[in-house]
Amino acid sequence: MAFTLYSLIQAVILCVNAVAVLHEERFLSKIGWGVDQSIGGFGDEPGIKVQLMNLVRSVRTVMRVPLIAVNSVCIVLLLLFG
Amino acid sequence: MSYNTTEGQISISFYPSVAKPRARAAPHTGDPLLFEDTSSAAPPMNNQGYYTPGYNMGGAPVGGPGDAGVNKLFADPMASAAMMYGSSLANQGKDIVNKEINRYVSVNKLKYFFAVDSKYVMKKLLLLMFPYTHQDWEVRYHRDTPLTPRHDVNAPDLYIPTMAFITYILLAGMALGIQKRFSPEVLGLCASTALVWVVIEVLVMLLCLYLLSVHSDLSIFDLFAYSGYKYVGMIFTVLGGLLFGSDGYFLALTWSSCALMFFIVRSLKMKILSSLSNDSMGAGATAKPRLRLYITVATAAFQPIIIYWLTSHLVR
Repeated sequence: MAFTLYSLIQAVILCVNAVAVLHEERFLSKIGWGVDQSIGGFGDEPGIKVQLMNLVRSVRTVMRVPLIAVNSVCIVLLLLFG
Repeated sequence: MSYNTTEGQISISFYPSVAKPRARAAPHTGDPLLFEDTSSAAPPMNNQGYYTPGYNMGGAPVGGPGDAGVNKLFADPMASAAMMYGSSLANQGKDIVNKEINRYVSVNKLKYFFAVDSKYVMKKLLLLMFPYTHQDWEVRYHRDTPLTPRHDVNAPDLYIPTMAFITYILLAGMALGIQKRFSPEVLGLCASTALVWVVIEVLVMLLCLYLLSVHSDLSIFDLFAYSGYKYVGMIFTVLGGLLFGSDGYFLALTWSSCALMFFIVRSLKMKILSSLSNDSMGAGATAKPRLRLYITVATAAFQPIIIYWLTSHLVR
């Protein structure tokens, strides 16, 4: 398995894209991972599921606009250089 | 401080940059001090803000002596004015670059990891290869800041991983050359593969630490340091394989895997498992130490796998 840095970048972009397409009300709420279901106990140990839901929500919020730019650049580069 | 020349000679083959700066004397007062002289064992009490970048303090004096010398050289006032303007522009550019770099990577924090000396390097390498007799694994603090690697052998550093990575690439090139399979592309591929695996391991560790709400003081650089220590094991394994063939390879692999696993478990146990001092209330606390233990053991178990993966193709 020979990696280059470019393949790592590709893998990261694909994973972030996968997280970004999870729709809030059509999908996440249906499986119990919605925003309203994450306010659980107010103890200091949030638990794995709540942390994961927070992570998904923050990735979607933060990476929405940069992903547009990064994906466009990636598409153009792939079209030009194969 | 005086350093042994034999020690310098031994270390020159693999860690060449350790030997050279040690011979440097303290600069006399006339020279502009561009970098803070961290080679002498200055006690940490002196520096508030610890490794304040010496650049900014050194930037001002450069204008002074250079100014006086230049004015003598250039009788023409226009040329001397242009020189002064140019030097002030260069200083501004330097300040801007430092500021921009400081926004993304904390240079002070990075300098902490490279504050090593040869005694520390020797002790740490010995510790990586034979950690079974070491008693005290705590990282010592001094007034809330961790001690630099120069003063504490348990502190992680980035010097050894960097040098070990470069040595590993050179050794891989040599091993491939011995088997007549060398080409420059393969060398680059080997280097980037090793780097990518370390990056993946650091990212997975960060994700696990975040998901389990482990509030330890492990920063990204610490994780890079602990992940990079496996390069030392890889070097030892490849050397064993080159010198003694297939049996030597597996023997060296077993030895360095066990040593590295022990080292990682003992080091990370202090950081990850001991950070649950304030949340030992409620029934949820009993699940957490187990998961943290799983993380530590999984990190340790991952090391032999990756050592084998990255070195087996070099020693056929």
